[in-house]
Amino acid sequence: MGVGGWWLGVGGAEFQSPTPNSLTLAFASYQDALSPAGPYAGTIAGIWWVYLLICAVVWVLVMIGLALAVRRGRRRVEPDKSTASSAHGVRVMTFAIAATVGILLAMLIASIAAARALSPHGERVTREILVTGHQWWWDIQYLDERPDRIAQTANELHVPVGERVRVILASSDVIHSFWIPNLHGKRDLIPGYKSILTIQADKAGIYRAQCAEFCGLQHAKMAFIVIAEPKEDFERWLTTMRAPAPHPKNADQQRGQQVFLMTSCVMCHAIKGTSAGARTGPDLTHVGSRRTLGAAVIPNSRGNLAGWIADAGSVKPGVLMPPNPFDPDDLHALVAYLESLK
Amino acid sequence: MKNSHPVAQFPSLPAPARGSSESCRATGQPRNRATHALILTLCLLAAAAACRREQRQLRRSAPASTRTGGIVRNAELQPGQPWPEVTVRNVSEEKAYDVNEGQRLYRAYNCNGCHANGGGGIGPPLMDDYWIYGSHPENIHDVILEGRPNGMPSFAGKLPDYQVWEITAYVRSMSGLVPKNTAPARTDHMQTKISEQSKKEEQ
Repeated sequence: MGVGGWWLGVGGAEFQSPTPNSLTLAFASYQDALSPAGPYAGTIAGIWWVYLLICAVVWVLVMIGLALAVRRGRRRVEPDKSTASSAHGVRVMTFAIAATVGILLAMLIASIAAARALSPHGERVTREILVTGHQWWWDIQYLDERPDRIAQTANELHVPVGERVRVILASSDVIHSFWIPNLHGKRDLIPGYKSILTIQADKAGIYRAQCAEFCGLQHAKMAFIVIAEPKEDFERWLTTMRAPAPHPKNADQQRGQQVFLMTSCVMCHAIKGTSAGARTGPDLTHVGSRRTLGAAVIPNSRGNLAGWIADAGSVKPGVLMPPNPFDPDDLHALVAYLESLK
Repeated sequence: MKNSHPVAQFPSLPAPARGSSESCRATGQPRNRATHALILTLCLLAAAAACRREQRQLRRSAPASTRTGGIVRNAELQPGQPWPEVTVRNVSEEKAYDVNEGQRLYRAYNCNGCHANGGGGIGPPLMDDYWIYGSHPENIHDVILEGRPNGMPSFAGKLPDYQVWEITAYVRSMSGLVPKNTAPARTDHMQTKISEQSKKEEQ
């Protein structure tokens, strides 16, 4: 797993010593439920291994028993009806039934214990994040008691390492499913209902997450990235996200802002600090700081951004963002402005 | 004599025919029924083959800058002999996906901020049979683009043209003016009125 993550500077390389070894390891854990980066994914991976082990042992024993039975059946010519043999059969059957019941009971108890460990009830969390699924992207809001301190972004979830974070899940259209394999199991986003999931990352790194419930044409390209970073880095990032967008610094960016506010962009997107406040598409207040575009589908580069604006449908056929045939100079200025929104 | 001639020519013809029909009546009832079922199935299959799924355009072409070609009239009075009424065909009205997109955009672009869910409020109602600027697709298209006095904003330059036509189709569906098989049957949000599909056509 994890091929295709190379352009993100994937998995801890940024926060740990970038030795070739750690890079290779990080590659393997980019999107992998069996490389848990937190306690919840650890519990899930643990129960997965327990089940795999038990089932493997049982399967091997059954196969051995089957092989023995096949051999014995071939050698025997006449059926043996002696009472000794039938008593032996009863003993074997009793043992087999008892073993089956015992093993299933043990698996049930292990499963319930794991489910208890994953249950969010009564856990203290350091912050709450509202994640709203849209066709086909993720709106992410860092909630706060003070409305002016709410930070909004899209398709990039930052979490502080070692802290429990509550994710509140909502949907604006159809059922989606929130799945960060390295951190937790799946949880559905259901229209008109709020689900809750508690996540915790203990290992700094970048992980890929994916919508896990078919939600329409571009379901496969509805992903996001999770960046688990040390608390100080996280707080710095959050402070930046809370701030309104920076002002245009040169004539090019100024023209770009005018293009944004005067044309179709403003109908769907918001940039905090300007008159753009629509909530149909992703918030673009700090779009220049994001690593990906189009819900973690393409890396955020100048060329990709221009291409996405001109014709997003070439990357995600059926996407709700319309094509925008700007004049080349306008498009250039618009991209320069959006890139400056760090 | 005249009649006997063909019979004489094919003397064996009537006998086997009668014989086969008798055998059919006696033993061939199930086979007959099976044949009927087969024919019916084939007919249904042939009919099903005629069903055509609505083609959804995944890649929107760049919005055309053309308007309705200067044939939109907002007044009925004309000097001299009046021109016959010319109506633009809105292809979006013939596609259920497009009308539904119109419904989504109607909310996304805050049309319901003034027109509510068609019942009106700050702006005039859209689900009744009274049209200030005409009920034809090109009339509604131009109202959206040009804006109108007393509050209707102009959306020219802010929307791709295909979306204007989709919203136009949805606005007309609120008065039952689009085909029943493309009108939305439900909303994604709280149901506040009977669906566009159930709306009777207004005169």
